[in-house]
Amino acid sequence: MEEKNLIKDCRVLDLSNELGFLCGKILGDLGADVIKVEPPGGDPSRNMGPFYKDIPHPEKSLYWFGFNNNKRGITLNIETADGREILKKLIMTADILIESFAPGYMDKLGLGYSKFSEMTKDKIIMTSITPFGQEGPYKDYKASDLGIMAMSGCMYLVGDTDRPPIRTSIPVSYVWTGSYAALGTLMAFFHRQMTGKGQHVDVSGQASAAWSADTAPFYWEADGTMTKRVGNAIAGRSIHGAVMPAAYPCKDGYICWLIYGARSGGITNKETVKWMEEKGITSEWLKTQDWDKFDPGSATQDDFDQLTKPVSKFLSGLNKMEFLEEAVKRRIMGYPVSSAKDILENPQLQAREVWQKIDHPELGSTITYPGPWAKFSETSVGIQRRAPLIGEHNREIYVNELGMSDSELVLLKQGNII
Amino acid sequence: MEGSGIFENVKILEFGQIVAGPLIATYLADYGAEVIHVESKTRPDQYRLYPPFKDNKPGINRGYDFAIYSHNKYGITLNLRHPKGAEVAKRIVKNWANVVTENFTPGVMKRQGLGYEELKKIKSDIIMLGTCNLGQTGPYAQHPGMGSHLTHLSGFTHLTGWPDRDPLILYGPYIDFIGVVYGTIALISAIEYRRRTGKGQYVDVAQFEGGIQFLIPTLLDYVVNGRVQGRNGNRCDYAAPHGAFPCRGEDRWCVIAVFKDDEWKKLCQVMGDPGWTKDSKFNTLLGRKKNEEELERLIGEWTSKFTTEEVVTKLQSAGVESGVVKNPKEMYEDPHLNRYFWAEMTHPEIGKYHLELPSFKLSKVPPQLRMSGPLIGEHNEYVYRKLAGFSEEEYEELNKEGVFE
Repeated sequence: MEEKNLIKDCRVLDLSNELGFLCGKILGDLGADVIKVEPPGGDPSRNMGPFYKDIPHPEKSLYWFGFNNNKRGITLNIETADGREILKKLIMTADILIESFAPGYMDKLGLGYSKFSEMTKDKIIMTSITPFGQEGPYKDYKASDLGIMAMSGCMYLVGDTDRPPIRTSIPVSYVWTGSYAALGTLMAFFHRQMTGKGQHVDVSGQASAAWSADTAPFYWEADGTMTKRVGNAIAGRSIHGAVMPAAYPCKDGYICWLIYGARSGGITNKETVKWMEEKGITSEWLKTQDWDKFDPGSATQDDFDQLTKPVSKFLSGLNKMEFLEEAVKRRIMGYPVSSAKDILENPQLQAREVWQKIDHPELGSTITYPGPWAKFSETSVGIQRRAPLIGEHNREIYVNELGMSDSELVLLKQGNII
Repeated sequence: MEGSGIFENVKILEFGQIVAGPLIATYLADYGAEVIHVESKTRPDQYRLYPPFKDNKPGINRGYDFAIYSHNKYGITLNLRHPKGAEVAKRIVKNWANVVTENFTPGVMKRQGLGYEELKKIKSDIIMLGTCNLGQTGPYAQHPGMGSHLTHLSGFTHLTGWPDRDPLILYGPYIDFIGVVYGTIALISAIEYRRRTGKGQYVDVAQFEGGIQFLIPTLLDYVVNGRVQGRNGNRCDYAAPHGAFPCRGEDRWCVIAVFKDDEWKKLCQVMGDPGWTKDSKFNTLLGRKKNEEELERLIGEWTSKFTTEEVVTKLQSAGVESGVVKNPKEMYEDPHLNRYFWAEMTHPEIGKYHLELPSFKLSKVPPQLRMSGPLIGEHNEYVYRKLAGFSEEEYEELNKEGVFE
């Protein structure tokens, strides 16, 4: 497998919590040797659900399984003197350290970037992942996903008009943050390959999630328009402020169909109207449109309504897969609104061999994961090992790699250090 | 090297439009790569045609979206449907580029004579990255689609909204940005692999596949437990209160999240320990979850007496999680977003504007702000003459023949 890895000779110590999990996982996907460092007894985020067969247990968290595969695992209490010395030994073997403690915590333990940088002759890369970054007035604010989503600006844009703004029902800001942290860390790693010098990567969760606000703030800067939530609909695509529905109810759920212009939108509009006619749904307005020239950017609310009302009636008579299969044939843009079940059953993902069965011997079972997220002609990404059990690789790393003795290991365990 | 860019010798020829293609090269350009953005006058980057426009007046060079997502690049026009179009593109690859990126529907580049196998003949170690909704292979590969559609197919819409209402689309082509992060990671890794081994390669990024990485626990819940997770408003299984609450003023909201007993006690103290908080049913997490609707109403009554800033300051100083639901205006005013996100730039037609930077700070390499988003065809002469090495006569001839239309 070695030659198939995109990156090589890259050891990562991952001390992060759920805000940073994806960072280490992505580096592991690329081929880095990632070691998850947990406090004795296991990381508190092992208590995050869902759980394997709904059994709440730190060795059965599916959240943990999902974002900590491709990592080995050791336990270490860095708040003890021995723990700190061991971490310093580990640092001398590492290229990257990822942490997500409150700003200043690592410095207070004598484990800050300047210390590690001095010890490693400027070689180490340290990635610090926090809700608001290392500096600024909110740096000590408490924030879980909800707080990050609110402060990022992306929550204000989503929700029904008669209810409060809304977050996604799962903590997406953590993965936005972890993925950007992986990007910044990889940039720093490439820079170090070129120059020999590491650096400190300071990642903001709020700014990571802010990317998902897309173009909404630009309207404010351009002409003072305040983009707001519009429910199950899309605004901001027409200079007249026209709004279009996004997901239409169908027989077994919802289907997304949107109005676009240019060539791809023209084909979609034309082909949808043709398909509707075959089912006996049409109108005078639909018959008189030139879809090659229809421009949603200058369309009015009436234009949108003339198109979306019959589309709504049409889609309500279809089921999700029927729509998808026919849309592919007719080159109509649009998809079903997928649940987890629909995603697992999606023919495209199956054909692309996205699903990987990973052994969990201690559970006596295998679990199917989404593995590769891109295809490379010379290399590959994917899951090579399941997430570690608590302290699973203590002996492998402390004894076999760091050269400690078995009796030291026993002593450190009793001292609640590992 | 300190203080200079990271990707000094990376030269990207980009056939991309809207978000998913262009932003990958923009992130590298922010850290030193040189990028040529290819479009044509007959088929300009569609993000030039999207609102908002400067003063709400449409114009090919007046759009904010393009100016923000494609800064730091040279802009050229090249008509790939002209018989000489592909040949000219290949000349840029031969004389200049070492990376090519594109986000057309699969098959388009190949039909233009610009597929990976063709480009490899010109430069054996070229890296080519194609990004699209569903990937370059598979039964649905040829099916066109936008990011706003894909957010629905990839599960995000199903997981956003209230349990008793329709699912809600997330703003914009949400999933494009996930595809961009995974795509940029894939590209940098391929560049690192080439540095180490001398080998280029083809990279096929399906935004669908990056998107579902964000949902792994939800997918595993179905795989293992057969559970199809749905919409849960703003609630969280193991916290209460956990939601957005109204504050004084029009459409003003704060969020409050309480996970632990001591946070609940502090919240009660900040509210002035009103009588209802002493009701034993609110004493425990289980009790608060059971009576969550009433709890949310009572907390909302308290928050509506204050501005959102007052609530957040009071609660955060007491150690309770709370945040302002920031609106677009507040995004520009936010001191942290101004440090980690916004950067000022000047554009010849738009004037002063803010563009966005990757959400991290690298202590030794600042992001570079060299150019605003290019005007259409702004760098034709420089790119074709200086970078691709066309002679003055060749350039004039091709220009007359309409190759640069």
